[in-house]
Amino acid sequence: MARSDTKSLFTADLIVPAIRDAFRKLDPRELIRNPVMFTTAVVAILLTVLLIVGNDGLDAGFKVQLVLWLWLTVLFGTFAEALAEGRGKAQAASLRATKAELTARRLKGDGTRYDSVPASQLKKGDVVLVQTGDLIPADGEVVAGVASVNEAAITGESAPVIREAGGDRSAVTAGTRVISDEIRVRVSVNPGQGFLDRMIALVEGAERQKTPNEIALTLLLVGLTIIFLIAVATIPGFAAYAGGSVPVSILAALLITLIPTTIAALLSAIGIAGMDRLVRFNVLAKSGRAVEAAGDIDVLLLDKTGTITVGDRQATEFRPVSGTGVAELAEAALLASLADETPEGRSIVVLAREKVGSVMASLPEGAQVIPFTAQTRISGVDTGGRVIQKGAVQAILRANPGAGETAAATELRRITDDIARVGGTPLAVAVDGRLLGAIFLKDIVKAGIRERFGELRAMGIRTVMITGDNPLTAASIAAESGVDDFLAEATPEDKLRLIREEQQGGRLVAMCGDGTNDAPALAQADVGVAMNTGTQAAREAGNMVDLDSDPTKLIEVVGLGKQLLMTRGALTTFSVANDVAKYFAIIPAMFVALYPGLGVLNVMGLASSESAILSAIIFNALIIPCLVPLALRGVAYRPMGAGPLLARNLAIYGLGGLVAPFIGIKLIDLAVGGLGLA
Amino acid sequence: MTVQGWLLIAVFVGILLALAKPVGLWLFALYEGRRTPLHAVFGPVERSFYRLSGINPEEDQTWRRYAVHMLVFNALLILMTYGLLRAQALLPLNPQGHAALGEHLAFNTAISFGSNTNWQSYGGESTMSNLSQMLALTIHNFLSAATGIALAFALFRGFARRSAAGIGNFWADVTRITLYLLLPLCIVLTVFYIASGVPQTLAGTIDVSTLEGARQTLAIGPVASQEAIKLLGTNGGGFFNANSAHPFENPTALTNLVQMLSIFAIGVGLTYTFGKAVGNTRQGWAILAAMMALFLAGTTVTYWQEAAGNPVLHQLNAAGGNMEGKEVRFGIAASALFSVVTTAASCGAVNAMHDSFTALGGMIPLFNMQLGEVVIGGVGAGIYGFLLFAILAVFVAGLMVGRTPEYVGKKIESREVKLAVLAIAVLPLTILGMSAVASVLPAGLAGPLNKGPHGFSEILYAFTSAVANNGSAFAGLSANTPFYNGLLGVGMWIGRFFIIIPMLAVAGSLAAKKYTPATAGSFPTTGPLWTGLLIGIVLIVGGLTFLPSLALGPIADHIAMIRGQLF
Repeated sequence: MARSDTKSLFTADLIVPAIRDAFRKLDPRELIRNPVMFTTAVVAILLTVLLIVGNDGLDAGFKVQLVLWLWLTVLFGTFAEALAEGRGKAQAASLRATKAELTARRLKGDGTRYDSVPASQLKKGDVVLVQTGDLIPADGEVVAGVASVNEAAITGESAPVIREAGGDRSAVTAGTRVISDEIRVRVSVNPGQGFLDRMIALVEGAERQKTPNEIALTLLLVGLTIIFLIAVATIPGFAAYAGGSVPVSILAALLITLIPTTIAALLSAIGIAGMDRLVRFNVLAKSGRAVEAAGDIDVLLLDKTGTITVGDRQATEFRPVSGTGVAELAEAALLASLADETPEGRSIVVLAREKVGSVMASLPEGAQVIPFTAQTRISGVDTGGRVIQKGAVQAILRANPGAGETAAATELRRITDDIARVGGTPLAVAVDGRLLGAIFLKDIVKAGIRERFGELRAMGIRTVMITGDNPLTAASIAAESGVDDFLAEATPEDKLRLIREEQQGGRLVAMCGDGTNDAPALAQADVGVAMNTGTQAAREAGNMVDLDSDPTKLIEVVGLGKQLLMTRGALTTFSVANDVAKYFAIIPAMFVALYPGLGVLNVMGLASSESAILSAIIFNALIIPCLVPLALRGVAYRPMGAGPLLARNLAIYGLGGLVAPFIGIKLIDLAVGGLGLA
Repeated sequence: MTVQGWLLIAVFVGILLALAKPVGLWLFALYEGRRTPLHAVFGPVERSFYRLSGINPEEDQTWRRYAVHMLVFNALLILMTYGLLRAQALLPLNPQGHAALGEHLAFNTAISFGSNTNWQSYGGESTMSNLSQMLALTIHNFLSAATGIALAFALFRGFARRSAAGIGNFWADVTRITLYLLLPLCIVLTVFYIASGVPQTLAGTIDVSTLEGARQTLAIGPVASQEAIKLLGTNGGGFFNANSAHPFENPTALTNLVQMLSIFAIGVGLTYTFGKAVGNTRQGWAILAAMMALFLAGTTVTYWQEAAGNPVLHQLNAAGGNMEGKEVRFGIAASALFSVVTTAASCGAVNAMHDSFTALGGMIPLFNMQLGEVVIGGVGAGIYGFLLFAILAVFVAGLMVGRTPEYVGKKIESREVKLAVLAIAVLPLTILGMSAVASVLPAGLAGPLNKGPHGFSEILYAFTSAVANNGSAFAGLSANTPFYNGLLGVGMWIGRFFIIIPMLAVAGSLAAKKYTPATAGSFPTTGPLWTGLLIGIVLIVGGLTFLPSLALGPIADHIAMIRGQLF
């Protein structure tokens, strides 16, 4: 599945429905979920009523504007949420579309004819025919035939695995590719029950629940609201002592500017956008909680193959038996691999050309390719004169019963053992039954992975490589890749035990997995990312699914989780820091009639009391739509230690939050004066 | 401002910082229940207490149990004091034959001392018998202080313990703190005060011939012993009405310095104890650094304003700083410093009349209290109040680095945030609410002696002082009325115990949590950045709420003064 295009933030097809939804969301039952915005709405209603019945000596035009901006504050909040949801819905629609792209050959009753249907129409119990080169359209069980299936995306193993009817090896997973033979698969899940379907509902916001972190933040915001409510509610008493009074409209304006409307208005939009970003990244989270947990991860368990090393091994050396030259072995390997389109085959061709300098571009005329089959597990070529075979040592010996007793066989076994000991995979080559030697296939550490681990270390995340290799090999790859730690000869039980130990020590663990035997570990991990091509059990156990089945993404998922929390933190800080400037706008305006001397607090030099109050409330309202893009995109995130990160964000959002409103309110004041609004 | 003045402040801060570690270590031994050298003397006393009362000091109490025992204990003590004060006339050790206290005054006084406030709606020497001073009041001076420190221990345990059900034993904490810390220190301090000339006698008065040959009757009594605990336990209730401005309470420059150090000694030590308890003393130093920064800023403003004096008086050729309401023995620097110390801590002892300070000079003591007295603060109460702010700071900071926040190894989640907000909201709600009520009701308006913004400051100061459990009086407010005694009494109760309950719930919730080791991904809660953030959160969350009230009080007062109008 290709990554969906990033949709622009403000396009008409998103904005128009969002505006409609913004009004629909004024429903008090929806509004009460956000106590700060609910308070704002209540105050707006109060002022609307007072506008009609009250008489406090204030200019009516001023009061109308005040009420208008209060309602706009509420609407900007609901609009931000509606816009985020709209983007989620658009995203979900594109998810549905890609899902329907897979087609299946569904067999009819007689079992010979079939029709092509979209994968999304397959029902549990349907039997589909999957032929060489096809992607398996749905999870299921092989009911007839035997095929080699490339599950590299799941297992990271490039060597195809055998899937056959009956027995342990009958389960196939959607998205894996049949590379030889054909099989019939009985589908085991119904449409609408798959992960994809559940995720779509979540992205659309239909199943959104507040995450623990959102709840905590909401509590803080409610607390601040209550504190400021009392701060404002007591002002009439104090003013009475000073022998004056303060109109309700002005008190209301002060209250609304002081309570953290900015972050409250954007809070749910931030959450929805966080999920959405993950989806754009082709990762589906089962809950918002999982995304937040990703930001907290202390330990990352990474499978070696496919994450740290490239999934396919590369040929690095030819090791002939005595009596055979490197060039002879290389030439035979080249011939045997020319038709081999697997990455390993191609790497053999490249290496052989290096060694023998041969420029042979294609097979000789009339040569017969011996394709890889699940039964023989050998591939090669019959050039007419010679039969060249390549494959696992055991498979080659089995195919050439006579060769097993020769001295060359003994030597070959010694060579292949050597290769295995240092973490390589040997492939034997034989010509007409004569053993030539072995090709050394080596794990190649991915480019740039070392730097990635460095970044993770700076973020405080420890990486642990999980591999089935022996400790010697594991150690050499660990050293090469810069991973912090490794677990060698790992069984699924070892993996589970490691996760439990880390969690016992208070650390949060993330891992990705695919196989059924990974399911317990996926379930135990705080963040378990299942590969979309993994087994159903794995996908059920994890709390995220990666549609691209790319285990490296775990690292990005951590970054996305952090970005979500940081966006919340940054906007909260900004929102609260704004209060200082708002005080300096409103307090002198409010009290200057009581004590004219308090006019010196009007440090911004705002034109008049009305203009000051109006400017503060306009700033308070307008800052919401201004910050919507930031809320939806998330704050910029670069992997770095927490100390510098905090310093940076405090400087931008804390200090910025202190200074920005002074400038903003002053500019609005100039505009208000210029337009003659107050 | 003078060089001597700054020198005094520097010496004070220097000694204070030197005290932090030794006092903190001693407190840490008590926190852990370890044996101290003093166990040889007081050990048998401690054990006999437990035997007599049937208490098992090893019992680990849940936060609920800890809270209930603490509440019942304090409520009973307050009731006892109420009874003693009401029956004063019938009881012995009343050489001057003082009458019993009235209902509302006794109510106010009992809660005042029980809540570590020591707000005094009465004049000490003209109201209280020696028995009342020594038993009814001094017992609270010890036990309300011990309670505060015990509560801080309970919160420390919440941070330090891992997956634990309990937060310690209230009875053991209070007994150990009283026996091994407060009592021995007070004995030493009492001897020092006596040596400096503070009276310590059961006699009520002495007659002296003045220089003019007139005869004058001076009140005396067991002053030195009460003086020792008054300051050490941040109680602040003076033997005399004039409190530490009275030469019998605070006779010399040296006693003045010792008194200021006594106020801060335990509070400063507790920051170190906190660091020890959570296994990283730098955590404690970071908190102390934030507190000291706020303290020094406040001291600078008050000293500067007092030294600058009153421009209106300058025009009348009365040059120099503001000496109104100050003891000439102490002068401006020592008075300014004392006022900031006593309000930063929840002490409330005064060596000058805060009412007579310049508007901004007097605003700092007011603002110190409004922050919740978390700048060093009252014994125990200061640090637990500050840690509640730290929880909010860590929550916001954690979000900003993209991590569920953790503080000294404990994850801060919605429960802690909720409880911390609840506790922090108590102060502004009560102070502002009650001040507003007093500003409109005739009974409230009858209180202040001054007009205009200064009169409003007097009301605001009284409720701030009471609810924050400071007890210092701005003076200038006739508070011994049913209205003020009643409302201030309720305010003191709320300000003390309504904060303690959620705070203990935080302790219980934290204690039950697993330990989360810090990684490079958790931001450091030790460096200057963290200290700065703490200061910011304390000022914004704790202080911003009071800005409108300060604008109508001291700020309006100050601006009026500049314009030549005095209230």
